[in-house]
Amino acid sequence: MLIGHQSWLFKNAPVILASAAAGGPFEANGAIAEDFDILHDDIWMGQESLEKAEKKLLEEACERTIIKAKLKKEDIQFFFSGDLTNQIVTSSFAARTLGIPYFGLFGACSSSMEGLALSAFIVNAGGARYVMAAAASHNGTVNKQYRYPTEYGAQLPPTAQWTVTGAGAALLAAEGAGPRVLAATIGKVVDLGITDPFNMGAAMAPAAVETILTHFRDFGVDASDYDLIATGDLGKVGHVIAAEMLAEQGIVMPPEKLTDCGLIIYKEEQNVFSGGSGAACSATVTYGHFMNRLRRGELKKILVVATGALLSPLSYQQNESIPCIAHAVAIEG
Amino acid sequence: MANKKLQKKTPKQQEYQNFAQKREPKRAILLNCFRAFLVGGSISAVGQFFQWIYITYFGFTEVTAGNPTVATMIILATLLTGFGIYDHLAQYAGAGTIIPVTGFANTVASAAIDHRSEGYVLGVGGNMFKIAGPVITFGVFSAFIVAIIRIKVDWLGGM
Repeated sequence: MLIGHQSWLFKNAPVILASAAAGGPFEANGAIAEDFDILHDDIWMGQESLEKAEKKLLEEACERTIIKAKLKKEDIQFFFSGDLTNQIVTSSFAARTLGIPYFGLFGACSSSMEGLALSAFIVNAGGARYVMAAAASHNGTVNKQYRYPTEYGAQLPPTAQWTVTGAGAALLAAEGAGPRVLAATIGKVVDLGITDPFNMGAAMAPAAVETILTHFRDFGVDASDYDLIATGDLGKVGHVIAAEMLAEQGIVMPPEKLTDCGLIIYKEEQNVFSGGSGAACSATVTYGHFMNRLRRGELKKILVVATGALLSPLSYQQNESIPCIAHAVAIEG
Repeated sequence: MANKKLQKKTPKQQEYQNFAQKREPKRAILLNCFRAFLVGGSISAVGQFFQWIYITYFGFTEVTAGNPTVATMIILATLLTGFGIYDHLAQYAGAGTIIPVTGFANTVASAAIDHRSEGYVLGVGGNMFKIAGPVITFGVFSAFIVAIIRIKVDWLGGM
């Protein structure tokens, strides 16, 4: 049901029947390694290209999710997936393997919650019994496409972020046991003129703030209604900016409530500059770490606000600024 | 220029950028300069060492020792790139590892490694000068301009 101009309330509250997260070696040394279902000790995952490695991560996360839900591929009606490679081949090629009717998404790093919101909408409306939403990214493929070669010796500024190598998937059902998706707010594209691709946090922070404020306004709720509000991949820089912008609007939250997936995933000593990023950042932290905490009852109700920078290597070279977006999904344990 | 027009910011964008800029950690310029000096100097010292070897033991002159010295430094930098060490060194050293010839070798080797999965022709061959290309293009062009000026000066009676 439409609430306000850009939010959905899911009256039937679709259930996240199962979810899974897969990660690479850097994530295995991270702060939430125990929340990953599958961890690899090699960034190549035994494949001949990094693109194939990323696809393998996505396939593994999806297959593990289906096994955990005790279902078969044929039981699932639709599959939403997004990633950061050109023409989202990771998602499309994984969908080829899975053989599930597929919607490809490109919301950059916001794809995880974009997929979850759309999946919840379809299940809520009775359009399907089971829908799977997933997102993936790979540090190597993203560096190759958007930045410099992996082994290139450029000194990165402290505002830079480290792309997560991983994939996360969640399976939604009309009924069953598990955390429930209550509501979603779809973000508008916000562009405050940041042009530095090594400063994504500052570029994306206004989009996250706008979506959080819209969500609160549409549903008439405030920060006290949630145990945790997690942005996708703002990192240290973007997190500080977003917190201050929210404080200016009178919304003050302690750091244990307003957090960021990019700050949760790695340890301080891993030296990831401003923090983690990538489509898999919010996907693995939400579908691994947060789902486990919801199932354990440590968290009751959370809002995940996945943030995405909608730039391309070409738009950056043509001096365009970085348009950003954020989608929020409310989940109850 | 179309780009100039695009870069015109609205007051809201200007305000946000000032706001955000105050909250972004800055590059440690002084420290980076010191590290660049230290590492860049050390790389040059290694180069000097090889030059000395080529002059002392292989009969090169100070002028002709340049080529084998540069070749040695390039091989070393390419190996360090392949073993995944050079990028970590560069994060510490900044300009100290980019400016010497080792930095140039690193740009070529790193791009070649990244695109190995697209094959030798389209991948390695087509992409290895992705970053080094502009250096060659503008380097050759600048050399051409400087050479023309030099010839003109000579022609006018010289210095």
